[in-house]
Amino acid sequence: MSPATGYAGVPRWVAAIAVVGALFVLLPLAAMVMRVNWGGFVGLVTSESSVSALLLSLRTSLAATVLCIVLGVPMALVLARSTFRGQKVLRSLVLLPLVLPPVVGGIALLYTFGRRGLIGQSLDALGISIAFSTTAVILAQTFVALPFLVLSLEGALRTVGTRYEAVGATLGAGPTTVLRRITLPLVLPALVSGSVLSFARALGEFGATLTFAGSLQGTTRTLPLEIYLQRETSPDTAVALSLVLVVVAVVVVGIAHQAGSTKYLRGAL
Amino acid sequence: MRRLAVVAVAVGLALTGCAAEPAEAPTAGALEGSITVFAAASLTTTFTELVTQFEAANPGTTVELNFAGSSDLVTQITEGAPADVFASADTKNMTKVTDAALNEGDPVDFATNVLEIAVPPGNPAGIEDFADLAGTDVTLVICAPAVPCGAATAAVEAASGVDLTPVSEESSVTDVLGKVTSGEADAGLVYVTDVIAAGDAVEGIEFDESGEAVNTYPIVALGDSAAPDVARAFVDFVASAAGQKVLADAGFGTP
Repeated sequence: MSPATGYAGVPRWVAAIAVVGALFVLLPLAAMVMRVNWGGFVGLVTSESSVSALLLSLRTSLAATVLCIVLGVPMALVLARSTFRGQKVLRSLVLLPLVLPPVVGGIALLYTFGRRGLIGQSLDALGISIAFSTTAVILAQTFVALPFLVLSLEGALRTVGTRYEAVGATLGAGPTTVLRRITLPLVLPALVSGSVLSFARALGEFGATLTFAGSLQGTTRTLPLEIYLQRETSPDTAVALSLVLVVVAVVVVGIAHQAGSTKYLRGAL
Repeated sequence: MRRLAVVAVAVGLALTGCAAEPAEAPTAGALEGSITVFAAASLTTTFTELVTQFEAANPGTTVELNFAGSSDLVTQITEGAPADVFASADTKNMTKVTDAALNEGDPVDFATNVLEIAVPPGNPAGIEDFADLAGTDVTLVICAPAVPCGAATAAVEAASGVDLTPVSEESSVTDVLGKVTSGEADAGLVYVTDVIAAGDAVEGIEFDESGEAVNTYPIVALGDSAAPDVARAFVDFVASAAGQKVLADAGFGTP
């Protein structure tokens, strides 16, 4: 099953560089763990502000992930299964938040949904104010996380091809039936791993949130913002919370790998 | 007779030298070397100007500047970043450096700063004084209590008895100012110098209670310097009349 079977193996020098690369990622994590004040760890991460930030982060990231799925699946389908003028340009633009500095994303969101923004102005007239609310956090997270879902799902859609869908259609299934019974089950693992990636990205979102949503305990101060703030007065708390964030991220990524490779999940749809 | 003339000239030179010194930069011989100054973000404009003047007065020197929040700078210094001078936006962060015995000589207070209300141009919410900031109908943004400007805000709030209900507690003055200039917030509490630096982007409203929380800026030369003479000379220059003028023009008070 392993792709390395029957292959002589990678050259030693490649493996050596790979080890350096792995250390580059792992050493800073280890350095952080070594700075954790274990004696006060439980007290630091269970303080009222810490718990409130963690819960807010989990809640908003979950909402952002749902929003990513709702918006991202149709986007991936359109990008992978149809051809139209300007498609390449559109794909590049949709993936822009991936490479954009989050602060830039935050400024862009501010000019869109802010009180004097493109859409925000009309919303404000209707009595809807997004800035400084939890909604703003979710919008910022969705903005930066959406490309992850679109990217992984579109890739999977292209890889599985359209053969089964064509067969289904010739047997009399309508487009929606084909989508529900054939396409989505085929790409379910990619959908799961894409969603989890989006969730992880939303969980770590900092720049756009800070710029667009502000920072208030229980409303907009997510875990990364709390870490940033705690660093000012209590580096111990900041390190402890950073570790919590790393652990949550590792667990989430682990689940993604499990779920992505589990067959029974496909049958569920 | 000739000797007398020489003495007279020498005395004359010494006198003019003395008279000129307080106004000019302190020129302690021919200073040479380059230093790195870590300065609080709120000093960006003033210290850039001060360095230009200092380098002009001391042609053998170069001064590199690194601006960030005071606590960020302290973290960098204690983790071994190469800094020769540290200028902090509050005494609390300076104490962290002196507690770690990283300083050379005692810190010198060189400026003060007080809070001011910043509102978007036109003052849409009609704010007139500190008491107007109370209530939920004003979208108010302040600094979090953990950062210096937030600590000052909390002190003013406590002294005035006004109960603030901010929609956001930001981690830096810049973030508060950003929310005001973009019109997201009706009002923000920032320093006087930030309002002046922001120009036409915001309007400033002074209030009497700001005197309850005067922020003091200390500066110190650091021990691990490759050019301690230059570092000391720069600290002296900031505290000199020429340095104080630049700071006063930007809205800083004298300690």
